[in-house]
Amino acid sequence: MAVKFLTDDTKKWQRHDLKTSLMIWSGWLAGLVLFVLCWQIISEATTWFFVFDAPRIAEDIFTRAMPPRWEYINELWEPLWDTFNIATIGTGIAILFGVPMAFLTANNTTPSRYIIRPLCMVFIVASRSINSLIWALLTVAILGPGVLAGVVAISLRSIGFFAKLIYEAIEEIDTTPVEAIKATGASPLQVMVYAVWPQVKAIFVGVAVFRWDVNIRHSTVLGLVGAGGIGLQLSSSLNTLAWPQVSLIILAILLTVIFSEAISARIRAHIMNK
Amino acid sequence: MTDTVQLKRWRRPPMIKRTWLRALVWVGVPLYVALSLGSMEVNWARVIDGLPRAKEFILSFSSPDFTSRWNDIYEGIYESLVMAFASTVVGILISVPIGLGAARNLAPTPVYLVCRGIIALSRALQEIIVAILMVAIFGFGPFAGFLTLAFATIGFFAKLLAERIEDVSKSQSEAIRATGASWSQWVLYGIHPQVFPRFIGLSMYRLDINFRESAVLGIVGAGGIGATLNTAFDRYEFDTAAAIILIIIALVLMAEYTSSWLRVKVQ
Repeated sequence: MAVKFLTDDTKKWQRHDLKTSLMIWSGWLAGLVLFVLCWQIISEATTWFFVFDAPRIAEDIFTRAMPPRWEYINELWEPLWDTFNIATIGTGIAILFGVPMAFLTANNTTPSRYIIRPLCMVFIVASRSINSLIWALLTVAILGPGVLAGVVAISLRSIGFFAKLIYEAIEEIDTTPVEAIKATGASPLQVMVYAVWPQVKAIFVGVAVFRWDVNIRHSTVLGLVGAGGIGLQLSSSLNTLAWPQVSLIILAILLTVIFSEAISARIRAHIMNK
Repeated sequence: MTDTVQLKRWRRPPMIKRTWLRALVWVGVPLYVALSLGSMEVNWARVIDGLPRAKEFILSFSSPDFTSRWNDIYEGIYESLVMAFASTVVGILISVPIGLGAARNLAPTPVYLVCRGIIALSRALQEIIVAILMVAIFGFGPFAGFLTLAFATIGFFAKLLAERIEDVSKSQSEAIRATGASWSQWVLYGIHPQVFPRFIGLSMYRLDINFRESAVLGIVGAGGIGATLNTAFDRYEFDTAAAIILIIIALVLMAEYTSSWLRVKVQ
């Protein structure tokens, strides 16, 4: 806490001393300047006429989209089932690869600190930095359009997520049980199963359920680039300007997302209470 | 007379305690996997066709092509960064009042409900879908992307900020209150110092997320590097795609290191 001496020799309390205040204010100023610059760039790339016209366009689209074409729902069940499968199977595959990778990466369980750990790290970083929609661009180019491309895209994105969160959990475990199990003459595999795994089990379930929920969200739009699921219907309805179908699809996606979030929240709350 | 000694082997406790649920999982999971894989139509001929391309893609990381599309890449990345920064700033500016309103210990119930409603709406709508609507309404370009990301920031930031505010230590904030502070002084001196480190951490984290997201918005026409990346994949120009992906990874890593450095500094 800083104190400021006034001219009449009284002291006044201040939150920061002069140096910190200057640093804070220059930080804010730099941020402000940067923001103004960014805003200018966006503004130059924008046709402002369209923006001012936006309320009218929005109203126009809304009146076209309402009411949703309810009977179209019958064509949506199959894509919705595909969407659910892309997320669930994709999460499953990601678990199958991500968990062993976490054990290979964590400092205290990795078999080789100088070769395997860095290799896994590179893969984890690449997997996490790239959005599943970009992975889908790739898998569609390689595997062709369809559900398979979606499953592979979702798992490519999720492996890094699982591996990162679980290896961090493994690195933070209590070493006493590990040493106790080791002292019985257990093999490295037995140490993992009986000493390490029980300690990270709860985190694993939480992470898996959370990622499944995120993946449901992502798999609803993968179809936009051809990777299966309800996004395909969304994309074709948008292309034909079938707004009543678009509104129904968005409604269906919204309900799916809320449903999956409710399930995931319930399971996570259950684990936390244990 | 012989005593029969029952030797019981120790078993690991099962992960799911309830027997019926365990049985359900053991039966249900394979059944589901069989059903879903059965309904999946895979064109194996196309997959086999694509395998050389997969090899080509992986190999292209050893020779990424930064030069031949450099202008497009540069503009795209630049636009992505600009969109990410501007939308984070605006998103946070809007989130702060909403976050204050969504904290149960600060806001009266009607305000609380309205703010929570806004947060729920923003979280339920997916970025890409918002972007499609924004592009339809505001036209192609970074402005639509900027609005999308700012909207998505609100749900994330206001929610986490409100949760942090609800967790503040009562003794400090009540001490400020006891001095006769007004509501704004109470927030500024009783709440703000406790929340600020988290605030900085969350802002950096959101900036990072917004940059990653901005890389895909281009696919639906909302500006940024996504459009270039999409074109590169469409034309099977894997070496250009590899270059873009490497740049994205480098920037994300940079953002992650900066944010962890800054968080340590603030705390």
